[in-house]
Amino acid sequence: MSDAFFRTEMTPPKAPPITERGVVKWLRENLFAGPYNTILTLVALYVLYSLLSNVIPWLLNGVWNANSLQECRDIVAASAGEGATGACWAMIRERWNQFLFGLYPQDLYWRPALALALLLVAIAPVLFSRVPRQLFWLTLFYPAIAFFLLWGGSIWTPIVAMMGFGVMALAYRLLVPLTGVTVAAMLGVLAAVLWWLLLDARLAEMLSTAIPVGLRSVGSDQFGGFLLALVIGVTAISFSLPLGILLALGRQSDLPVIKMLCVGFIEFIRGVPLITLIFTAALLLGYFLPRGTNFDTILRVIILVTFFAAAYLAEVIRGGLAALPRGQYEAADALGLDYWRAQRLIILPQALKISIPGIVSTFIGLFKDTTLVSFVALLDPLRGVTSVVRADLNWKGIYWEPYIFVGAIFFVICFGMSRYSMYLEKKLKTDHR
Amino acid sequence: MKKSVFFGALAATTLVAGMASAATIDDVKARGELLCGSSTGLTGFGAPDASGNWTGFDVDLCRAVAAAVLGDATKVKFVPLTGETRFTALQSGEVDLLSRNSTWTMSRDSELALDFVAVNYYDGQGFMVKKDLGVSSAKELDGATVCIQTGTTTELNLADFFKQNNITYQPVNVADDNEAQSQYVAGACDAYTTDASGLAASRATLPDAENHIILPEIISKEPLGPVVRHGDSNWGDIVRWTYYALLIAEEKGITQANVEEVLASTTDEEVKRLLGASGDMGVKIGLDNAAFKNAILAVGNYGEIFARNIGEGTSINLARGLNALWTQGGLQYAPPFR
Repeated sequence: MSDAFFRTEMTPPKAPPITERGVVKWLRENLFAGPYNTILTLVALYVLYSLLSNVIPWLLNGVWNANSLQECRDIVAASAGEGATGACWAMIRERWNQFLFGLYPQDLYWRPALALALLLVAIAPVLFSRVPRQLFWLTLFYPAIAFFLLWGGSIWTPIVAMMGFGVMALAYRLLVPLTGVTVAAMLGVLAAVLWWLLLDARLAEMLSTAIPVGLRSVGSDQFGGFLLALVIGVTAISFSLPLGILLALGRQSDLPVIKMLCVGFIEFIRGVPLITLIFTAALLLGYFLPRGTNFDTILRVIILVTFFAAAYLAEVIRGGLAALPRGQYEAADALGLDYWRAQRLIILPQALKISIPGIVSTFIGLFKDTTLVSFVALLDPLRGVTSVVRADLNWKGIYWEPYIFVGAIFFVICFGMSRYSMYLEKKLKTDHR
Repeated sequence: MKKSVFFGALAATTLVAGMASAATIDDVKARGELLCGSSTGLTGFGAPDASGNWTGFDVDLCRAVAAAVLGDATKVKFVPLTGETRFTALQSGEVDLLSRNSTWTMSRDSELALDFVAVNYYDGQGFMVKKDLGVSSAKELDGATVCIQTGTTTELNLADFFKQNNITYQPVNVADDNEAQSQYVAGACDAYTTDASGLAASRATLPDAENHIILPEIISKEPLGPVVRHGDSNWGDIVRWTYYALLIAEEKGITQANVEEVLASTTDEEVKRLLGASGDMGVKIGLDNAAFKNAILAVGNYGEIFARNIGEGTSINLARGLNALWTQGGLQYAPPFR
């Protein structure tokens, strides 16, 4: 058996059969794995084809330069043949300003634009820890600056109103060693409310007659489009978070009165649809307030939307609080921290971290819900401005273009919020799961 | 004890509010601005244009009232109102005047405690169909699919009409005018029904307007007009007579351009009273004698307002029809100005 043949090297591996490699394998495994899968794939392909075969030419034939829908149609017919459809983006080109600013006076567009730019600067230190801390001062005064830029009028109105917060802080500082945090905070708020009710208007009036400095005043009725959505959204978001935290803490409180108030508030607001609240704000309040009181509709809507978001946030945060192990609370007590220190240093940082996805999705929902104000005839970008644009004979009959344009802007903002929440979660992740 | 104080305060507030509402004219003058409830955007009747200025047939009436009361047609704040919010806003005093294509019906006049002071547009519900449907009368629409806005009087009128004529239809419910139009164009319904003025505006903007016809039947009465709150007759008079002044101006051939000229040369006593040259008709309702002259100067006479916004020169191209002056076979008729 000595002349037996032995292979000295391995045969190279053969390529797998054609059905077991490359594209074909992937197709077989993923798209045509059996009769049902095959049918589903074919149906899906057909649906995709019929959708895209309509949408793509429509997008490709889009017209940017025209003065009316009719002109758009003529241009499409001339370039793509009779019967072809095409998007009429010319409407956006002519009316983009109303989608962004509503009826805000055109020569004053720099004011909302500046307010938006400052907003981005002012929220930077809140969002990112690498931004210089001194910017917090801008954040602190931003509400007054934005109010002054957007609504105009005398510069003293926002300044004197901000002084109310100064009064609150001062009262709190003076009282806190004597009475403790809770009572001092309550008295501080009381002092501020007294300031706003009794002194604010008179002082502002006196100052503005003495030193008249100001911008041209712009009424709320001229706000619209994304300016309105952002004013309502940003204000409601920034006020609902602290309010929601307080409500969540109140709901867990041992004091029956506070607990009952918080539970009542949360459950009432969550039990009523947002539209009902907005209608109440816009219509019913008009009956209750004495005639002639001009309580701004936008302000009323902002307050109600804030309450609405706060109630939902309170429940989201309560979930975070409940998820903390009991030991954390006990450890805080064992360290001898008082209630507010324990919450601030130990409980809330962890609870809020757990609740980030819930909080951000509440914010996203809130921002999109601002379009509901069209039901009380405020000029929201989706329905309000769109119906104004369509009332123009030149653009009457236009249907998808405004929705796509507004939808795209909403997507950018909401997607941004969602990505930020993921970034924040990653940054704050300290465990090793 | 505390409760009674609270209710006392509430009652006092209501009383004060009631007293304050007694004279809308004083509120308007004190504010220096007329609050006018307008549509959220209705082609030809009221909408802001590209630069944010409100224009339209109903809008011009507000401007006329502002010109009459305050002497300045620009001192109007337009408050857009939806179908749901319009009457509440008027009742609660958020607007002084509602000029927003609202149909005058008995229940609105009585139950809602509103006063319709005039009819500035006689409208009626009609149908639009594609020409190739081969229909020439609404009675031939048996079995047709009809695009109809839900929750409107149009919906009820439609049901009544088909029932009376013993024919059937299939409703395609839509939320608003624009959706209706796009559904109709896409072929989801054979016929589209709404007020004839709205149909005309829709037809004007269709890609192939010549292939669509508006059927001759008008199946309902839709008298549209300005509305004020119940209980302030003087304010109602002001709005009513401002409107009539515009009508009389058309009747007498007074236009925006020739007011001053007519005033200087006229021998017609009624024209003199209208323009404030004799008598004190304006003062009688709490205005200046030149009030009506200002209104005409600001927006022109009724015919001019019509022609500028919705008339045959515009692409909406509405004929005067019922809205012609009574002297030309229409229904627009103003009582004597004396």
